[in-house]
Amino acid sequence: MTPDARQIAFEGVSKFYGEVLGVNKVSFSLEPGITSLVGPNGSGKTTLMNLLTGLIRPTQGAIHVLGLTPQQPIEFFRQVGFCTQFDSFPPGTNGYDFIYSPLRLHGFGHSQAAKLTNEALERAGMSQVARRKVAGYSKGMRQRIRLAQAIAHHPSVLVLDEPLNGLDPMARSESIALFEAIAKQGMHVIISSHILEEVDRISDRVVLMSSGYVVAEGQIREVRREVRDHPMQILVRCSNAARLAAAAFELDHVVEAKILNDGHGVLVRTRDAEQFYLLLNKIVSGGLVEVDAVAPADDDVNSIYQYLIGSDGGPA
Amino acid sequence: MSGQDFLVARARKWSKEQPWRLYGSQVSILVRNEVRQNLFTRRRIWIYLLALVPALIILIDDIFGRRNIDLAQIEDKTQVLAGIIQLYYFRLGIFFACMGIFTWLFRGEMVERTLHYQFLVPVKREVLVLGKFLAGALVAIALFETAVFACFAFVYARFGLAGKAYVFDGPGLGQLGSYLLVTALACLGYGAVFLALSLLFKNPIVPGVVIMGWEAIAPIFPAWAQLLSVTFYLKHLCPVSLPLAGPLAIFTIVAEPVAPFIAVLGLLCLTIAILALSCLSIHRMEITYTAE
Repeated sequence: MTPDARQIAFEGVSKFYGEVLGVNKVSFSLEPGITSLVGPNGSGKTTLMNLLTGLIRPTQGAIHVLGLTPQQPIEFFRQVGFCTQFDSFPPGTNGYDFIYSPLRLHGFGHSQAAKLTNEALERAGMSQVARRKVAGYSKGMRQRIRLAQAIAHHPSVLVLDEPLNGLDPMARSESIALFEAIAKQGMHVIISSHILEEVDRISDRVVLMSSGYVVAEGQIREVRREVRDHPMQILVRCSNAARLAAAAFELDHVVEAKILNDGHGVLVRTRDAEQFYLLLNKIVSGGLVEVDAVAPADDDVNSIYQYLIGSDGGPA
Repeated sequence: MSGQDFLVARARKWSKEQPWRLYGSQVSILVRNEVRQNLFTRRRIWIYLLALVPALIILIDDIFGRRNIDLAQIEDKTQVLAGIIQLYYFRLGIFFACMGIFTWLFRGEMVERTLHYQFLVPVKREVLVLGKFLAGALVAIALFETAVFACFAFVYARFGLAGKAYVFDGPGLGQLGSYLLVTALACLGYGAVFLALSLLFKNPIVPGVVIMGWEAIAPIFPAWAQLLSVTFYLKHLCPVSLPLAGPLAIFTIVAEPVAPFIAVLGLLCLTIAILALSCLSIHRMEITYTAE
């Protein structure tokens, strides 16, 4: 397969630490945009990110990032920025030098490196404390200075391992806005996070992981559609809830239709959402029920994740 | 085109494609960062002491023994100085200091969980090895050249004009030049060995002790085996021979004399070969801090 210069491609990638499985037979490709890696601790998210950036080597398979591999570090790391989870810093460094020094290694001259450093500090909201020693930073500040370092050289691929950890709500919201802005410029942003609701809101696609396996990947709605075995919940706010519930029960694929406490809606659990929507259209056009709103109640990463992985954390 | 021409043409093409200026600037930045962040720090005080203690002892002896100056002692003191340099510095001081400095270059970053920063920049790992090695070498050489120079100066200073005459009109200056050259070579040789050990082993202390044993017993092995010993080359460059008897004589045996320039070249070749091994090993290195 010829590596695509726009894609990130994992081709049959496995990683074993001795006899311990890191990830197994991972194959997928990513287009530009925000991709979220979701999974519990030990599911292989960090391993996948470390493989992507060459910090570890695959036992089997190959990884291409925009047609490059980490074995071409000069070209590769000009395109890739990685904000790791490791909360450690070179001894004695301050925020400014932490960003400036790597930029000099990129080959930027003093003035250009200084300009990029100030720009990155500004974007991460760290300009005011840049000259302070990193050892004196709070956890959130350390997180943001690492983020600033990862974006300083304007990479095309930004890899962020749990980037929202330790951030206060304001900083979290600013970081998310920053990720979205970067993705809008046509770049790849790959995020791993446990904060599923935020990931759900900003992701163009998700990769769900469990015990070293990719259990599902794609756009959230596509993934949801793939999970046919699990009933999907649809919330319908309407005028005649009892009539709608009765009609829904006549369909084989509807497993539950619960009238809401306020009596102005029904929560339907169905194995075939499209068939249910057709029924709903019929009822509405027949004038039997007046519908105010229809929304999937569990079409988010969290619900899908619970369906796929369950509480035991084993592969689906 | 013959096979040889083909190889030469490929080497030329490869050489032309390399961004040598970028490599050069990366090495200089790496050296600067390394020296500033890791080498001239309080944690390295034991290494400075290791280097400077003999000079301090000689200085103290100078101060308190000034009344008993006997010009006939110059030759004796020259032997004492040769003993300090050949038995203390080459066998212990530089050996352990290089172990401390060079094994820490990568292993220390593993322990402090900062090595990933070095692997996430557009720097070839070979350039990283070279940059770190040069930083370590710069510090070790500066430190031990200063220490050896101080020892030399303090030994002859107590003899006043006679000492001055020995240094500037006699063999003293040549001996100093040889000691400084050998000190620099010792730092390069041991430095390369310990850098390689830190990349090959999770705990380089045990193989370090094995190397120390090897350096001590190498003289009893055949000449070809001695080529793999750093002190084999150093011994040929020492300007004053030590008349040691008994078991200590093993440290001064020179089985087959070698011309000084061949000894210098030999040690440089050994250093380059060990550095090449380090470059190969670093490609296999992974960031797995939890395994450390």
